[in-house]
Amino acid sequence: MFEGLIDSLTIETWALALAAYALGAAGSILLGGNSRAARGVAAAFGSIGGVIQAWDAAVVLLEGSDVRWSLPSGFPLFEFSLRLDPLAAVFLLALGLVAVAVSIYSFGYTEHAQGWRAALLGGLLNLLLLSLSLVFTASSAFLFLIAWEVMALTAYCLVSFEHSKEETRNAGIVFFVMSHVGTGCLILAFLLLHSISGSFEFAGFRPPTEPVQLAALFGLFLIGFGVKAGLVPLHVWLPAAHPVAPSNVSAVMSGIVVKTGVYGLLRVCFEFLGAPPLWAALIVLGLGVASGLLGVLYALIENDLKRLLAYSTIENVGIIFIGVGASLVFTSLGRRELAALALVAGLAHILNHALFKSLLFLAAGSVLHGAGTRNMEQMGGLLRRMPATAVLFLTGAIGISGLPPLNGFISEWLTYQALLAGFGSTSSLTRLIFPVGGALLALTGALAATAFVKAFGISFLALPRSAKASNAREGHWTMVAGMGLLAAGCGVAALLAGWLLPALGPVTSQLVHSAARGSLTMAEGLVISSGAPRGGTASAAGMAGVLALMALLAVTLAGVKWKFSMRRPGPAWDCGLPGLTAENEYTATAFSKPLRMIFAVLYQPKREIQRDFDISPYYPKSIVFESEVEQTFERRLYTPLKEMLLERASGLRAIQAGSIHAYLAYIFVTLVILLLFGVRQ
Amino acid sequence: MTSSVLFAPVQLLLLLALSPLVGGVIKTLKARIQTRRGPGVLQPYRDLAKLFRKGMVIPESASWIFSAAPVVVFATAALVGLMIPMVTAEAPLSLFGGVLAVVYLLGLGRFFLALGGLDTGGSFGGLGSSREMTISALAEPAMMLAIFTVALSANSTNLSEIARAAIGQSWRFLAPSQMLAFAALFIVLIAETGRIPVDNPATHLELTMIHEAMILEYSGPYLALIEWGAWIKQLILMTLLINTFYPFGLTLEYSPGGIALACGAFLAKLLLLCFLIVLVESTNAKMRLFRVPELLAVAFILGALALISTFLF
Repeated sequence: MFEGLIDSLTIETWALALAAYALGAAGSILLGGNSRAARGVAAAFGSIGGVIQAWDAAVVLLEGSDVRWSLPSGFPLFEFSLRLDPLAAVFLLALGLVAVAVSIYSFGYTEHAQGWRAALLGGLLNLLLLSLSLVFTASSAFLFLIAWEVMALTAYCLVSFEHSKEETRNAGIVFFVMSHVGTGCLILAFLLLHSISGSFEFAGFRPPTEPVQLAALFGLFLIGFGVKAGLVPLHVWLPAAHPVAPSNVSAVMSGIVVKTGVYGLLRVCFEFLGAPPLWAALIVLGLGVASGLLGVLYALIENDLKRLLAYSTIENVGIIFIGVGASLVFTSLGRRELAALALVAGLAHILNHALFKSLLFLAAGSVLHGAGTRNMEQMGGLLRRMPATAVLFLTGAIGISGLPPLNGFISEWLTYQALLAGFGSTSSLTRLIFPVGGALLALTGALAATAFVKAFGISFLALPRSAKASNAREGHWTMVAGMGLLAAGCGVAALLAGWLLPALGPVTSQLVHSAARGSLTMAEGLVISSGAPRGGTASAAGMAGVLALMALLAVTLAGVKWKFSMRRPGPAWDCGLPGLTAENEYTATAFSKPLRMIFAVLYQPKREIQRDFDISPYYPKSIVFESEVEQTFERRLYTPLKEMLLERASGLRAIQAGSIHAYLAYIFVTLVILLLFGVRQ
Repeated sequence: MTSSVLFAPVQLLLLLALSPLVGGVIKTLKARIQTRRGPGVLQPYRDLAKLFRKGMVIPESASWIFSAAPVVVFATAALVGLMIPMVTAEAPLSLFGGVLAVVYLLGLGRFFLALGGLDTGGSFGGLGSSREMTISALAEPAMMLAIFTVALSANSTNLSEIARAAIGQSWRFLAPSQMLAFAALFIVLIAETGRIPVDNPATHLELTMIHEAMILEYSGPYLALIEWGAWIKQLILMTLLINTFYPFGLTLEYSPGGIALACGAFLAKLLLLCFLIVLVESTNAKMRLFRVPELLAVAFILGALALISTFLF
């Protein structure tokens, strides 16, 4: 009875979070005339909603409770049924944390928006948070699809928010079309599931018995959710849409909206389809590895800071899918304790990525706000002008590169452990996939570190490359506060990993009906362990502590005499030229040049150099340099597809000629066919 | 566990004291093979002592990142040194992270050093950072495959467990998988420590230099920290190589006699590996930068073959 009380309290307080988002959305738009009040309302209600939601999610995870709630909808076919279970709680926890930080940040970020625009942005953002909360908790197909569609449409409005630019409008359309192709697949899949199990309720779904049906369902769900998650080759909307959206929106899109695809696939694969067959699991794992590697390779050569972050999202979704895919493989092999370990790795990376990617997008927004550009070639020297943003971006960069002692290391470490354990899970040749996947994950991780050295080094260090960058200033204090919360989250998630990981236990028992092999924590939570008796261990807190001691030793050694007069500023070596200017600095393009040449097969780089000279080509007056990289998927896959569709569509003009007689004939024929169909039954 | 933690200061001292000597030995051996006299094995100590006493010039465009980088490089190298088994099979801090933590911690040092190179505002720093990050990224998968081969035969990523498993089967190094993995890791060692044929630590030629370009603006105590950090990293990678594949002499308990014997065995193995490195350095020419990926691809294939042969044998 006591437990029931807690359950009902949870669901009611959770409804309070939804109400807060709804009030934030409505209030902000109603107060639209007064920009400051509207921004205040949106920020206040958004962060209150986020706090309540994160709290509820934490309670559900700690108690392992599973709360259901139903409201009659007034329609005969379905009810509004909601379910707050541990799986949903993981995503709601990420959503709550990101919502708090983004809401606070948005107050300052939208300060200079014109007139109603700030109010509209705040309102739509709260609506997006509301629809996301419903996506994660809807427990009937109808409610899920409604929430999914509201989310997609709100996201479309937010992506096209700065619609006066052509780039933004085009990106919005790409997002809109791809998102709806995905939704179409989902609708088909749910109808198919209904025809198999006779129910639209999630709880009533039965796994199909025929392999063909199973394959069709898996394919439809994989495309439907894969589009949202940004899996290669369905990722092309992501690097188009994330950069053009306002940065607070990009943070939610990359931190949470992309994760709805992961959520959907977890729900489908583990609950609706039972245990999927090995081939399906291997496809998920393979797509994860491919997305990770291709995502980071495209991130590396990007000079637009926000596009770089968008490609890095694809990479991280890849890493999440490596964990999820490995978990599915283990499930189909019947190794449930390993499946639990891999699932914990994937879930931990979902939470970590929500923290550091939102942080990085907010910091990029801060840079855009301060320096007025997304192009890294025009930045530089921002560390001196925006010190807080720089430190916070660096924190996110270390986290996302998987370097200890921050949180990215913890989840990548767990992923490696799962892959290594996989080698012993079967005796067939399949086992070789795990270490090779691990090696490619290592390549992905090292390339990610390179990409973020470039992102931070070129944008924030050395001399400013443009007047805009040299006049950059830190924004409103709420922006720093919002980012600071997420950065603190990155630190806490790493240092307290040993205490936090066991909270994912209820999710593994819910999805794979097993706890991870052995305990994932040792030494009272200081150390995380792979769970095997004499397996690997790691401790971010321990490493951070010793690292601090060693740094102290280094500082003492370097300053044996503590004579700071020994430090003298001087010019850097300029090769005998008259002084260094920003033009001597290494550029973003130059930084990624070695990798562009090494992976030329993928990038197909083209460059054109034009020299103007009077006497000899060795003394040019001016040089025009153009470099272009092929967008392989856009050019090889989507352009032919688009052209084929347009060609077929123009073929259809033959029957749509504008003649009313022909249309009446079509209606007549359709009616006859429908009647025949009805009579036959 | 407790005694292993108590051993930490000893291992730290050993690490700090021994690492410059290894650099000196390699230089002297190389000189002898080229029939030069060379500066003597103690030269690195003199260099360190000199650098620590000097003043330093900080580039005007640099920020605090430039000053933080040497400290992070040194601290990560020293921490990693405590996480690997040197003379005792139980490494002092092996509980805090195994071989994966070693790789990623060295990555943290490199991350900051590359930022330090970019922070100078000159072209050389950026050039060095770009090349260093590229080569280390390409070396990573080969390194991981070789490490996985060892970790899989020990069923653990914990380095102490790996060393113990290797002691348990002392003829294991003759297995094809171990020999292939050793070869892969040796190529990675050459690449990561910036030796010929990947990089030439002895030149300052803008067309070819990698590591030296990145640290061109460092001087005085900061340069000393970076150099010392690089020597420690070199010793760590060498130790990793000899103690996971040839664990002879590693002691399992903390008796003075055992430790003394283990130290002797360790030094002997180290000397042999130095000789091997010198042989490779003296018989090869420096590669063009864009040939290096091919060498690393060879390492990757060796690592993959090592894994496949654990599957076969």
